[in-house]
This record gives sequence, C-alpha cells and structure tokens, in this order.
Amino acid sequence: MRTARRFLPLLLLLPFIALLWVPFYNRADPTVAGFPFFYVWLFVWVVLAAVLTWVVHRGMRA
Amino acid sequence: MSAPATGATPALNATALGVFVFFFALVTVVGFFAARWRRGDLTHLHEWGLGGRRFGSFVTWFLLGGDLYTAYTLIAVPALVFAVGAYGFFALPYCILTYPIVFLTFPRLWNVCRKHGWITSADFVEGRYGSRGLALAVAVTGVLATMPYIALQLVGLEVVFEAMGLSAMGIGRETPLVIAFLVLAIYTYSSGLRAPALIAFVKDAMLYITIIAAVVIIPIHLGGYGAVFAGAQHAFAAQGGAGGVLLKPGQYVPFATLALGSAFALFLYPHATTATLSASSATVIRRNTVWLPAYSVLLLLISLLGYVALAAHIHVDNATLVVPALINASFPSWFAGFCFAAIALGALVPAAIMAIGAANLFTRNIWRPYVDRDMSHAREAQIAKIISLLVKFGALLAVLYLPTQFAIDLQLLGGIWMLQIFPAVMCGLFVRWFRASALIAGWVVGMVLGAVLAMQAGLKPVYTLGMGGAQYGIYIGVIALAANFAVAIVATPIAVWLHSDAPADRTTRGDYEDAAA
Repeated sequence: MRTARRFLPLLLLLPFIALLWVPFYNRADPTVAGFPFFYVWLFVWVVLAAVLTWVVHRGMRA
Repeated sequence: MSAPATGATPALNATALGVFVFFFALVTVVGFFAARWRRGDLTHLHEWGLGGRRFGSFVTWFLLGGDLYTAYTLIAVPALVFAVGAYGFFALPYCILTYPIVFLTFPRLWNVCRKHGWITSADFVEGRYGSRGLALAVAVTGVLATMPYIALQLVGLEVVFEAMGLSAMGIGRETPLVIAFLVLAIYTYSSGLRAPALIAFVKDAMLYITIIAAVVIIPIHLGGYGAVFAGAQHAFAAQGGAGGVLLKPGQYVPFATLALGSAFALFLYPHATTATLSASSATVIRRNTVWLPAYSVLLLLISLLGYVALAAHIHVDNATLVVPALINASFPSWFAGFCFAAIALGALVPAAIMAIGAANLFTRNIWRPYVDRDMSHAREAQIAKIISLLVKFGALLAVLYLPTQFAIDLQLLGGIWMLQIFPAVMCGLFVRWFRASALIAGWVVGMVLGAVLAMQAGLKPVYTLGMGGAQYGIYIGVIALAANFAVAIVATPIAVWLHSDAPADRTTRGDYEDAAA
C-alpha cells in the first residue's frame, strides 16, 4: 500500500498527455449539444483533472 | 470608416454609468473596511503583504480566482478567439495543467516559507542556495514581468470606459483612469492584501453572473450553440485566414507549447505566489487546486464569447472591443453597467495583488540587502507600501503616455522571462543539486535568448524552428527555458570543480513537509 501511494502523483501526468497530444482531439465529431468534440474534450478535462487532483490529495493524506 | 458598429455606442450610456459608479463606490468602501478584517498589525510586512497568512480555503479560492482571471483575460482571450478561433483556446489546457503543477510544488514552498518567515520566492531561493545574487535575479524578473501586467489591467479599464461612452461626454481618457487608479492605490496602501481579498468576493460573484448570463441568454437568441459554431465557422471561412473553430495542423505544436509553457509560468508570477503564500496552511493550497478549476469552466465560457460575437455579426475596429460591444448589443443598459463594473473590478483586484507582490519582492530582496540591511519591521512595511504606490503610478504613466502595444509586447516578454526562474524556484523545492552560479548563468541565457527570439519573431510568442526539413512553431518561453536548463546542468559540475564548497543551505528536509497535526 505504501509503495502504491508513492506512485499516486503519477496520475497527474494523465491530463498532460490528454491535452498536449493535440491531433487526438482536434476534431469536430462527435458533437455534444452543438459543441464540436474539441471543446467537449477540453471541458471534460477541466473536470477530470480536478477529480484526479482530488484523488491524489485524498490518497496521500490517508 | 468600417461597417456601423453594432455594439460600441459612442453616446454616453447614463444608466450603465450610474450602475457602474454604484458598484465602484461600494467596492471602495469594502476596500477601506478591509483593514479591520481579521485585524493584524499592518506595520509588519507579512501582515500587510501576505494578510498574516490567515486565509482559509474559502477566502483563498476567491482571492486566487479573482487574482488569476484578470480584466485583461476577460477582454483579450475572447478577442483572440474572435480573431483566430480555436488557437485562442490554448488558454484552456494552460489553466487546466497549472493546477496539478501547483498541487505538487506550492505546498512545499508554503511550508518552507512559513517555517523561515519568508514572504517571496526570492526569499526562499536566497535561503536555499545562500546566494543573494540568485535572489536578486528572481526578484528583478518578478518586478519586470509584473509592471506591464499591471499596465494591461488599466488598459482593460480603459476599454470599459470607452464602451460606456465616457469619451463622448467630453471627459478625456485620462480622468476616469486617474480616479480609478487613485482609489485602487489608496486602499491598497492602507489595507494591503486584505483589500483585494475582500473585494474579490464581490468581483467574482458579479463576474459569474455576467458570464453565465452572456453564455446562456445570447446563444438562445442565436439558435443554440450549434448555430453559434456554424456562424463562427462561416465567418472564418469568409475571412479566409488561418482562423477556424478547429486547429490547423501547423498550429498543433504552438498550441501545445504555449499551453505548457504558460502553465509552468503562471504561479511563478509574484501576484500568484503572494496570493498562494497567504493561505493558512499547505492543505488549503491542495484543496484549492481541486476547486480552482471551477474558474477554468468560467474561462471556457468566456472564451466562447469570441464565437458568440462572430455569430452575432458584431463588427469592431479593434478585436479588444469585442466583449464590451457584445455586452452593449445584447443587454439592457442597466445590466451592461453591471457587466462593465464586473470587468473593471476584474482589473482592480489583480492590479492590487500584483502591486503588493512586486512591492514585497522589491522591499525584501532588493531594498533590504542592497540599501538598508538593518531596517525595522515597521520601516520594511512602510517601504513596501510606498513601492506599491510607485509601481501603480508607473503603470498609469505607461498607459497614459506610451502606446498600448508597448505594454502588450512587454507583457509577452514578461511571460517568457517569468519562466526563466523555474529552475531556481521549482527545482529548488525538491533538490539542491544545482549551484547558484550555474542557475544564474542559465537565467541570463534564458532571459537574453527569450528576448532576442521574441524580437526576431516580430514580438510574437512563437518562434519557428526547422528540424529535419519540417518547420515547427514553438513557444519562445519553452525554447529559452530549455537553453536555461542546459546551461545550468552543464555549469553546475564546473562550479563544483572551481569551488567545491556550496554555501550553507538554511533549509532542512523536514521544512518542506507538512507539520504534524
């Protein structure tokens, strides 16, 4: 468990990969409520990055 | 003359002005009252300039939100989206990626600064590396990058005054700016960081109302967001440039490097460092990195206003006027006044914190070591107050007498420069492998290279590098930082070889960890 906790901050690399690999999400489809996928992806990662930060925060404290 | 401006009313908008003046007066009262809030001895610099390190999660959230999302953000980001489309959205990955970085670094900085009574990042660098020269480099970079940033806040104010038709009333552009500046300067002087912290509550609440109204109500009239994006794409196609609601392949690398470089630079700015160090514990900072992304949602909505304006066929001579023009065209004048007040407060809160951050740096890391080594606490706080006035006065003069483009260009350079203290400050939080002299050498190279490349690129943030036949535009800050790191890494073994003893490190391993509860 202790070693697992040491590697928990690595979760914070995920938003960097997801957002800096631009060709992956630079597309119009699928759209959600009129928003091209590019914008949906950015919105989703605002939320996901916050959730991941919360997970790491809680995990390191426990 | 261009097509008739749909929004920018040249005539004085009396209702809007009345509402605006009401909120401005309200906030002025709040600013002076702030001196009594969580009362502390304001003759100490950590009380005046750091609010006594007593701000809990809730206050810190408003303070940082009010600090980072400035009037210039509200004006310039939608203007960029209006002009170039998806490329302007680099601000979004930038803000998303900032918070994980802050989560990993700032709790350590807070702990060590609290332990030693430090109030600036330069204080930390001096204690860590035992080098006043390196601390001076960090302080000078901070002050240099902050000055044009304050000037741009005043530019934001100017845009709002213009949209309310003040120039039509025969009042020159100077008078309202000077009044706003005086109000800001006086309450910052008397209340310190407590003033923007308290005003941030009002500002952020008004801003959320403004933005949500704008992104909900206006698109309904335009037929929903599908129609907004279609309208924007249509407008870009008609213009025929590189703009569009999706990125062109040539924009991938500039987009990603701008986002990454800016994310690393943001919290190195003195105003961000100051607001973060004013938190009451390292846990408050961690909690805020979880909740501050709520402002990134706001930023996404703000950026969309650029597309909304395109779809609504707003025509402006200058893209920076697009948000005020959209507000004037879409809302009744009383609500327009409310929105303009929100944007204006969006200028005052960060401008106050920037001036305080610059004053802290100047007093602690330039004045104290080089002019008056033995000054008392009271004198230190007094000098910081005076510096905060001078900094703002300088920004006001720059806005009144220099071309606006000058402030914009300097702010661009400031972002590139700010990134150059990353090795000293952020790496220093984890390892002390680097030598101060090597870090200074890297800093000099990064600063000069950044400025030279920016000049060569025609004062644009992106420089085109040719690699193996292909051309990549890369954010200059990232190129300069890479050179900075390379020099520091090569020069450190040389520094060790030349004089093997490093100056004493005043911090210990435990200083960086949370104190046992």
